[in-house]
Amino acid sequence: MKLRIFYKLGMRAVAGLASIVLSLTAFAADPLKVGFVYVSPIGDAGWTYQHDQGRLEMEKRLGDKVQTKYIESVPEGGESERVIRQFATDGYGLIFTTSFGYMNPTIKVAKQFPNVVFEHATGYKTAKNVGTYVARFYEGRYLAGIVAGKMTKSNVAGYVAAFPIPEVLRGINAFTLGMRSVNPAVTVKVIWVNSWFDPGREREAADVLIAQGADVVTHHTDSTAVVQAAEEAGVWSVGYHSDMSKYGPKSHLTAATHHWGNYYAKVAEDVLAGTWKSSNIWWGIKEGMIKLAPLNPAVPAEVQAYVMEQEMGIKDGAVHPFRGPIKNQDGEEVVAAGAVLSDEELATMEWYVEGVEGKLPK
Amino acid sequence: MDTIVGILLATLGAGTPLVFAALGELVSEKSGVLNLGVEGMMIVGAVCGFAVAAESGSLWLGVITSIVAGAGTALLFGVLTLTFQANQVAAGLALTIFGVGLSAYIGLDYTSVALTGMAQIHIPLLSELPIVGPLLFSLDPLLYLSFVCFAAITYFLYRTKAGLLLRAVGESPESALSLGYSVIAIRYMAVLFGGAMAGLGGAYLALVYTPLWVEAMTAGRGWIALALVVFATWRPARVMIGAYLFGGVTIIQFHVQGFGVDIPSQLLSTLPYLATIVVLVLISRDINTIRLNAPASLGKAYHPSV
Amino acid sequence: MDYSRRNGNSRWSVNLAMLKIEPRPQPSRLMGYLSPLIAVGLTLVTGIIFSILVGLNPLSAFYAFFIAPIDDLYGLGELGVKAAPLMLIAVGLAIGFRSNVWNIGAEGQLTFGAICGGGLALYFYQVEGAWVMPLIILAGAIGGMLWASIPAFLRTRFNTNEILVSLMLNYVAIFLLSYLVHDPWRDPDGFNFPESRLFSDSALLPIVLQGTRLHLGLVIAVIAVVLGWVFVRKSFVGYQMQVAGLADLAALYAGFKRKSMVWIGLLVGGAAAGVAGVCEVAGPIGQLLPSVSPGYGYAAIIVAFVGRLHPVGILFASLLMSLLYLGGEAAQMDLGLPSAITGVFQGVLLFYLLAADLFINFKLKLTTPVAKAAAREALP
Repeated sequence: MKLRIFYKLGMRAVAGLASIVLSLTAFAADPLKVGFVYVSPIGDAGWTYQHDQGRLEMEKRLGDKVQTKYIESVPEGGESERVIRQFATDGYGLIFTTSFGYMNPTIKVAKQFPNVVFEHATGYKTAKNVGTYVARFYEGRYLAGIVAGKMTKSNVAGYVAAFPIPEVLRGINAFTLGMRSVNPAVTVKVIWVNSWFDPGREREAADVLIAQGADVVTHHTDSTAVVQAAEEAGVWSVGYHSDMSKYGPKSHLTAATHHWGNYYAKVAEDVLAGTWKSSNIWWGIKEGMIKLAPLNPAVPAEVQAYVMEQEMGIKDGAVHPFRGPIKNQDGEEVVAAGAVLSDEELATMEWYVEGVEGKLPK
Repeated sequence: MDTIVGILLATLGAGTPLVFAALGELVSEKSGVLNLGVEGMMIVGAVCGFAVAAESGSLWLGVITSIVAGAGTALLFGVLTLTFQANQVAAGLALTIFGVGLSAYIGLDYTSVALTGMAQIHIPLLSELPIVGPLLFSLDPLLYLSFVCFAAITYFLYRTKAGLLLRAVGESPESALSLGYSVIAIRYMAVLFGGAMAGLGGAYLALVYTPLWVEAMTAGRGWIALALVVFATWRPARVMIGAYLFGGVTIIQFHVQGFGVDIPSQLLSTLPYLATIVVLVLISRDINTIRLNAPASLGKAYHPSV
Repeated sequence: MDYSRRNGNSRWSVNLAMLKIEPRPQPSRLMGYLSPLIAVGLTLVTGIIFSILVGLNPLSAFYAFFIAPIDDLYGLGELGVKAAPLMLIAVGLAIGFRSNVWNIGAEGQLTFGAICGGGLALYFYQVEGAWVMPLIILAGAIGGMLWASIPAFLRTRFNTNEILVSLMLNYVAIFLLSYLVHDPWRDPDGFNFPESRLFSDSALLPIVLQGTRLHLGLVIAVIAVVLGWVFVRKSFVGYQMQVAGLADLAALYAGFKRKSMVWIGLLVGGAAAGVAGVCEVAGPIGQLLPSVSPGYGYAAIIVAFVGRLHPVGILFASLLMSLLYLGGEAAQMDLGLPSAITGVFQGVLLFYLLAADLFINFKLKLTTPVAKAAAREALP
């Protein structure tokens, strides 16, 4: 290992000396410069990793028509405004800001740079040159819930969640509805760790849920700790953001995974062609922004087939995770039979469906 | 019953990284050196151990690397504060900032690695016992090691001449010197030991508890370890109690959530910190407990000729 | 002080190969000024070696880190935007540090100041008036002081270690803010996202340099530097506190009360951090968010030490630290270096500085056998 590091350093040193010589840069045709602002380090799995995969896919598809750059670990709030603006002043024509907290800074910078196109993930404010995009994560959650509902024996599932915001609540509710659609006896326990990213706490929360009888656990946090905890305890797990089967070869049932590359490539093409228009994109399984990771071989074939069928149903609109009748925790019917929740109702969701255990923090 | 065993087991796991780091810091502080860089040493230990385990495939080689890396980081602190007479508070804070940054840089190539953690060791017969079996006799090897460290440190500090000397250096470096011992050399050893133990705490996190590497994964545990030393009034047994208490409060507030209680989770999350403050107040209320137990020269730079 | 007895005794001094560290009869003023420069210089050298090792052109790395971030008006403004909270907090903390009051809780005091000031701004969100903004800043100061008064009270009443209490309260304040923006103070039109509504214009700090984000906070910070300087140099309390820092015993003889030192040290630090917090939320952020500080409260501790706990030194140190942050971002953008580099270099800079400080109170002396023999002969 030592040798490898020295070799690497050596090679880099050679390259460094070479770059001094070659610092007169060649001029090329003007590609579209695309900037990405990431909220955490890229890592190997999780939210930012999937966005970076999207960036790479866009690069691959558009080749030298685009030139991309990213800045990772940009804190939300006041700090991000500078980074976004820096991209704009450096001649970037398209800037993706990939976390909710970048919303107001993105809008502010966009006002000063009307000729630059901004795309903000998961927000709700748009402008003439600011579009928003988000995925229907809940569709993947619903399908994963079906798998979990079929596999649980104890009829208790555990959910490690970060913060009680609508996006996370949609996921909890869709997962619960998915489980109960095939197994009405199921309850889902939720623990809030109040952090997107603290593997130790995520691990502790997973251990607690398992001790409380959950034999399938999932998470809406950023690390793989929950899947690893399940693997060790010998219970099932459902990953999120990325396919996490590597971290739980036996336990990992499936995962609701995010795929931004298609959208990123399309936006870049539109900007290049001059046809880009501000819009509010909400893509799901149909458009391939959400996919279910390959199912664990332990999942029986008929369950696999059923999940496939439901997936097709979501694609052609026959199945909607939030189609009534849906009751809330108090047993009141909140969605009438046959009705579906509107996008606005989904976007602002702040209640639990029946079957989620515990009160929503008020 | 299973739930209670589950809670206790989870408490052991949550407390163990704190046990290692806090016991190490205790030894360092007993010699009179306040090293606020525990978080930095822990995380450098975690990343180095993980990297070596990933490259070599041997978890134990990883653990040893963590120990060495923790001690190596502590050496930097030692050189600054013992040889170069720098302010201990400032040097410790610098060490934390440096360690967090350095570990993130070293770890860049290792975020994608999945490791299988250490398997539990089931002690024959004893592990079959109800309750105490799973709790005490089928644990992972590092957890057993934490018990061993506790016993060894207690014995060393209170039953050996070297331990007496270490405490004497912390109480009154001048008198230790007049007996012909090198204060600096003893403090170096204590600081290095503290670093090695912090590294071991990092190893527990990255190789056993959550076998993975991510930036900033110690998430403030080094600071908690520091608090535990004061909390324990510099006594090893109380460090253990404190570490498990802190771990236990964390676990219990999760349990309370799991059972569904109508209290905002953010407020529940403050409980371990508030509990620590309350216990700190209770302990320090009696000025004599602190005065009797705190090493008299703690935190003061020492130069032989000043 | 009499050093002659000790200087003659070789066992008393630390030997570094052929070099010997000897105490100076008087702290060197020259080294006091030089050591930060030496530390910055050594950090630069380390940076050059590092950039060659990882295959970067050192010149372009230097440019990206130190020049590119501030090569236009906006960049200079950003330097001020980042330096302002660091400067303000560090000046406040230094006053405590000088008397050995170790307030590590500036991050929590900043957060609680932001909660109090921001809460008032939300309360007045429909109210126009020139008095709103000063009132909000005052609320921030009071909030910071309230949060700092907890460790002060526990220290003076129960003898509880202020390092640990102030540190634990950092976590508590951040959870509290998180709770507030997730629930009671959430923007009613914000789709239930965890953000407060935007503050009204009369609550926001005015911009002091058009075309940038540089806001009144920097002016406040500079005023704080001046006040800090007056406090340290001119006031009797400042003198007392310095004495208390140098030697508890001496202060005791002088009849100064240790308890009031603790209160003053923590309250001044808390007020400064609270104002810094409110300047962030009423400045560049303009609303309350789950997290309002990228760790300014911790970074300011470094700034205080790099600035030698002196207001003027802190002024420069905060600009340098701010530049390191901006440089880290620029290095990511221009050179593709990971964000982790910034932390490594902040740590390295601090290490060099702490090491260089040795030479303020000590000097290196080349020891040759001849010199040693001569020294031995000189002994009575």
